[in-house]
Amino acid sequence: MRSVFVGAIRRGAPAVIIAAVAVPPILIDGYALSVAINVAQYGVMATAWAMFSGPTRYVSLATVAFYGVGVYTAALLGGSMPWAIVLLAAALSGATLAILAGMLTLRLSGVYFVIFTFSLSELLRQIVTWYEVNVHRSVGRYVFLDVAPAHIYSQLLGLLALLLALAWLLRRSRMGLALRIIGADLVVANHIGIDTAKVRVLLFAFSAIFMSTAGAIIAPRWTYVDPAIAFSQTISFEVLIMALFGGVQLLFGPLIGVASLCLVFEYLSIQFPDQLIAFLGLIYLLIVYVMPSGIVPACSAVGQVLALREKAVA
Amino acid sequence: MELMFAGLALGGLYALLAMGLTLQYGVARILNLAYGIFVIAAAFGAYVAKVQLGISPIVALLFSLPLGFGLGWALYSLLLLPLVRRTRAGPQLDIDSLLATFGLMFVIEGALLWIFGGNFYSYSYLSHPVYIAGTPVEANRLVVILVALALTLLLHVGMNRTRLGLAVRAVEVDPATAVLAGIDARTISALVFGVGGAVVAVSGVIISMFLPFSVSMATEFLMKALLVVVMGGLGSISGCLLAGMTLGFGETIVARFIDPGLTLAVNFGLFIVVLSVRPAGIFGRTV
Repeated sequence: MRSVFVGAIRRGAPAVIIAAVAVPPILIDGYALSVAINVAQYGVMATAWAMFSGPTRYVSLATVAFYGVGVYTAALLGGSMPWAIVLLAAALSGATLAILAGMLTLRLSGVYFVIFTFSLSELLRQIVTWYEVNVHRSVGRYVFLDVAPAHIYSQLLGLLALLLALAWLLRRSRMGLALRIIGADLVVANHIGIDTAKVRVLLFAFSAIFMSTAGAIIAPRWTYVDPAIAFSQTISFEVLIMALFGGVQLLFGPLIGVASLCLVFEYLSIQFPDQLIAFLGLIYLLIVYVMPSGIVPACSAVGQVLALREKAVA
Repeated sequence: MELMFAGLALGGLYALLAMGLTLQYGVARILNLAYGIFVIAAAFGAYVAKVQLGISPIVALLFSLPLGFGLGWALYSLLLLPLVRRTRAGPQLDIDSLLATFGLMFVIEGALLWIFGGNFYSYSYLSHPVYIAGTPVEANRLVVILVALALTLLLHVGMNRTRLGLAVRAVEVDPATAVLAGIDARTISALVFGVGGAVVAVSGVIISMFLPFSVSMATEFLMKALLVVVMGGLGSISGCLLAGMTLGFGETIVARFIDPGLTLAVNFGLFIVVLSVRPAGIFGRTV
């Protein structure tokens, strides 16, 4: 009973989600498409986040730093360069920032890393604000790029597919094994000859590439950006909570979290626009206190209880 | 001279803010992300007391101490202790407590936004100048400096000269071994969260006296407190004072002579310099 139940979740849910996420953009329009874009964008970021923070257990709050860098790369270069170059530039800026930040935090552990990544987003927001006010002479910026929503959606889906494929390969590679050892015990990992610092920085950069590319892809959708929007700390925490809600141990876990929470947030923002923040807080508390290891293990636990009951009856 | 007092007031405030956080993290090993919003909530409390009830901020300051202590203690005992029990204080506690306190921050932020909206609030109190060696200083800044110094001294003496302080330091160094000496790490942690809460409440009331404040400033205060804590070295009261003053003066000087928009960049620059020379902070032990 249990194995059937878990197996159904492990195999069935990803298939359903992929089907749901990958509905051909021609079939849906307007509101549904905007929700789908949101799901795809958070899907990329949550999966990328889980790829680094899941195995290494380093909680990064720099998600929005990379995302914002991507958004601004597109806003600055979008008008003058071919789109492929813009995306490449965004990926490179994200990777550079991640490598710099990673090297600075090499010697930091646990909570220091959290504080550093949290402040990094805040720092970038202030620097970009300063630049926009003093050099560009206006806090906001208009992004007039003619990219259809359906096109944005398919780009995000492509990025997501690439990310999932790479994450799948990574789990099966030597690097993936090294990561799991680092997560289990850093001291042991060092002793058996893993260059833990290098592995960490590389993976951090790898996940950052996807976050900033997602930012660049979504930029034309906004038309207006300012640093407070592009570097909003809420995004980092939303990605974190979605990934944890789904469960970071499974490849498709974060996606499950994204799909369900995006819909919940969407509903709340329509029904209770003024109390939205308070509700978000309550959801966080609910997740931490009620299902700490994510929804999939929580469902498996329910399956286990059912199986036990069945046995008891028999 | 004027610059010196501005720097002292800001530095004293940062040091004070960081002290509550460093105690909470250093002893209970829980990073309280709701810290900044509690500060703002206290500032709003003082605002309501002054403007609507006509209570002097100095009186509010006295009331805020036991109130803050009670709230901090309740926060640990009701919300965080279940997490400590569940994770057996292992590495998962870091993540869980981070999310829980962040969720709490959102709940309080949502409530404050709902009641007060997103505007800046301020009231005028003791804003007339006092002359010290011929330099005009706003009286409320003097109150900030004095309160910050008094509390630092009090905490320093409490930590280093009393039996309770000794117990707190024992838990800070090694919670598992402290138990062997008959110290209940959880009671001490709850107590320290209470002390942190009292510091938060006092900081909030002081801020409302001399700075305009809004709900959105919570993150800024939280982050500055974090930077000071890490720079000073976790759990070090004197480290907080030194790092807080460094940031306060650095910020005042840059805001005056270069550009007010770059204060955070300066803070962060100082932070990186200190951490690359001494990864455990100025007065910190190796972590």
